Amino acid sequence: MKEKKKTSINKHSNSKSVIEKTAQRIFMLCAFFGVLAVASITVYMIISGAPALMKVGVGDVLFGHLWKPTGKDPSFGILYVILTSIIGTGLAILIGVPIGVLTAVFLAEVAPKKLASVVRPAIELLAGIPSVIYGLLGLLIINPWMYKIELKLFQGSETHQFTGGSNLIGAVIVLAIMILPTVISISESSIRAIPEYLKPSSLALGATRIQTIFRVMIPAAKSGIITAIVLGVGRAIGEAMAISLVSGSSVNAPLPFNSVRFLTTAIVSEMGYATDLHRQVLFTIGLILFAFIMIINLILSKLLKSGGADHE
Amino acid sequence: MNEFVLRKKKIRMSDIILTLTIYMSALTTVVLLLGIMGYVFAKGIFVITPTFLTTVTSSLHKTVGIAGNIVNTLYIIVLTLLMATPIGIGCAIYLSEYAKPGKLVSIIEFTTETLAGIPSIIFGLFGMVFFGNTLKMGYSLMTGALTLSIMILPIITRNTQEALKTVPTSYRSGAIGIGATKWYMIQTILLPSAMPGIVTGIILAIGRIVGESAALLFTAGSGFLLPASVEEFVGKVGESGGTLTIQLYLSMSKAQYDVAFGIAAVLLVIVLGINLLTKCISKRLDVNYTSKRRKG
Amino acid sequence: MLIIQVREERDRRMEHKKVASKIKLSAKDWNLYYGDNHALKNITMDIKERKVTALIGPSGCGKSTFLKSINRMTDLIPSVRVEGSLTLDGEDIYHKDVEETILRKKIGMVFQQPNPFPMSIYDNVAYGPRIHGIKNRVVLDEIVEKSLIKAAIFDEVKDRMKKSALSLSGGQQQRLCIARALAVEPEVILMDEPTSALDPISTLKIEELMDELRDQYSVVVVTHNMQQAARVSDDTAFFLLGELIEFGATEDVFSRPREKKTEDYITGRFG
Repeated sequence: MKEKKKTSINKHSNSKSVIEKTAQRIFMLCAFFGVLAVASITVYMIISGAPALMKVGVGDVLFGHLWKPTGKDPSFGILYVILTSIIGTGLAILIGVPIGVLTAVFLAEVAPKKLASVVRPAIELLAGIPSVIYGLLGLLIINPWMYKIELKLFQGSETHQFTGGSNLIGAVIVLAIMILPTVISISESSIRAIPEYLKPSSLALGATRIQTIFRVMIPAAKSGIITAIVLGVGRAIGEAMAISLVSGSSVNAPLPFNSVRFLTTAIVSEMGYATDLHRQVLFTIGLILFAFIMIINLILSKLLKSGGADHE
Repeated sequence: MNEFVLRKKKIRMSDIILTLTIYMSALTTVVLLLGIMGYVFAKGIFVITPTFLTTVTSSLHKTVGIAGNIVNTLYIIVLTLLMATPIGIGCAIYLSEYAKPGKLVSIIEFTTETLAGIPSIIFGLFGMVFFGNTLKMGYSLMTGALTLSIMILPIITRNTQEALKTVPTSYRSGAIGIGATKWYMIQTILLPSAMPGIVTGIILAIGRIVGESAALLFTAGSGFLLPASVEEFVGKVGESGGTLTIQLYLSMSKAQYDVAFGIAAVLLVIVLGINLLTKCISKRLDVNYTSKRRKG
Repeated sequence: MLIIQVREERDRRMEHKKVASKIKLSAKDWNLYYGDNHALKNITMDIKERKVTALIGPSGCGKSTFLKSINRMTDLIPSVRVEGSLTLDGEDIYHKDVEETILRKKIGMVFQQPNPFPMSIYDNVAYGPRIHGIKNRVVLDEIVEKSLIKAAIFDEVKDRMKKSALSLSGGQQQRLCIARALAVEPEVILMDEPTSALDPISTLKIEELMDELRDQYSVVVVTHNMQQAARVSDDTAFFLLGELIEFGATEDVFSRPREKKTEDYITGRFG
């Protein structure tokens, strides 16, 4: 009788297990890559951005409103830049979110299925358009309009600095358009996700469809819509290329028809030729932007966690 | 009694106004899209000539060409994917098959989400400082590719995770039950099943890479010449190269608007193509999944 | 046990019978189709004013569909089609000029699963009146209180009107939904298996409620619980496979059914 070769079931004597262990280790490494990346980015942003803060002084940088980095007596006040980003993003949200949420309502509730299946891909397409193309169109379409309006509004004004059309409002319009796809798709999912019984219950009480949408459905989708807004904020505040030529080329107070600089456009416009301290301050601007983004991300993850708990 | 109580028509002003705003919003969105695409194509389609697509801008011949940029774009796409895809898939496999729920996993998932939310200009700054300065790679395609690969990691990881979720647990238990080792099971059963989803992720990443500009501006730079030989082609990795989007930006800044629109039109065609591809693959994914369920 | 209960109820109801009943809702050769599915077949019956009418029958027999067609909730299904006549106080419910919002104000509905809105208790009950144009806070307060009292839940919630309705128990939520329906001051109340998702004590409370509602409203109840139908209703309609098999006074249907199928169902031979 031949003896069958016994394959040990002992884990450690199997050659397969070496491969197994290696595979597992490699996968684990891959997973930590992301952690490594975020950690490195954080470290580098801080290392690059801190020196200028030390050299010029935190107060002077963050709260000074004179930005004259080149010249005999350089001044690095980025208050207006920070304000521009905050106000510009805020205005973009004010314009983009209502249009976005209403379009989401259209897709989820109002539109006949066939129409919705035409409009939805249109929105996905809008999401994929490279930001430079928005920049191009903004430059050639929105700026001329703005210039015309500017000429009319400030006719004969002695104090207004004519910008040739690039101003805060132009940038806000471009930003509002860019956040539309994000706001629409997330709002639509949230509206679709509300419990099914809400709509018939409202209709059975004699409410019209519109009343049902605005008094029951949208409030029920509140947490998802807020998530959409926060994501929109993240998108808007980080946008650089689309608005760099539309928003203007000098740092001013964020008034609608002023030529302004955002945190992002300041970096993009000046990094190419900035040297020494000027360059370092640009990195400080990057650090501030990074800080804003991290705060927004934290708010977002808190929202997502509590939003998930709500539906239980 | 001729009074029809149920038929009194109620005209609610607020209802009418709200309905109007809903339709107006949807119309705005559609008009925007059609407007953007229409305008770009109208202004750009005639710029696209064979010369435009296959040569490099030459002041000698007074021609404009974006061939160099096209090559740069392709180069960066391939380099980035080569680096990011294995790592992204590996991360997804770890999270989905190996990791036990706990603090570790939440940290990994949190950082993946964070990466997805960081704007491209921050990646650009990081790439410039870390790869460009610290690692002394300067302005080169490689610097750009390394930067972009970090940026698209979340896309690959997320899509692979979703794809792995759709693989029925019965496949896994079936394989392990026969005595297959985990890695073998992943190789032979999971990855093939999850392939459509992974491919979708890759295509979405390509879309992101093609449209990217801020992250490349200070990493890959703006060179636009075509390599003249195979050695030059390989060496290109270390040289600066501007992608289509970067070239668009530069042309825009120099007021060369027809070139800009030509590039824009090319980019739109690529974006459209990618969109269609993703749709086709998701349809096949659905078909595969539903047919598998029917057989099961 | 069934017969004893029926007799007791019958004696109580002799009182009500002394007044001749007007007809509130009338169905004549009423048909309903879901696409090709012929869900309701030539239903002809009259629902009397200020009476409780029970619709009984096995699952899928059409009783819920019939109920939902009364307040045109079936309109929400895309492929639905109707034939025949269904009238409220003599008025055609399905006429093309009919405003569903007015119809549904007159005909209220309570669903099987308690389904309060994710809002406060107050806002749930005030929702209906607000929809129909009442904005005055004082008036709303009064309506909310009245409705909660009628639904026999006021005492339990009067101290937490601003709390979320979702914090109530199942039985309380259902009574809240009844209060919500009552707040728009309907004339008819439709109830689709209102107690099937509730515990026995809540069920009892709601059955008592149905009895009290009879004074002011015409109630139509769908129920798969025959004992409940016998306890609560004045008239009973037995549905089977989309057809109305038998309709009559409850004690007649339960003790002297005319059709064999009715008798089979009541004695538990099927369903």
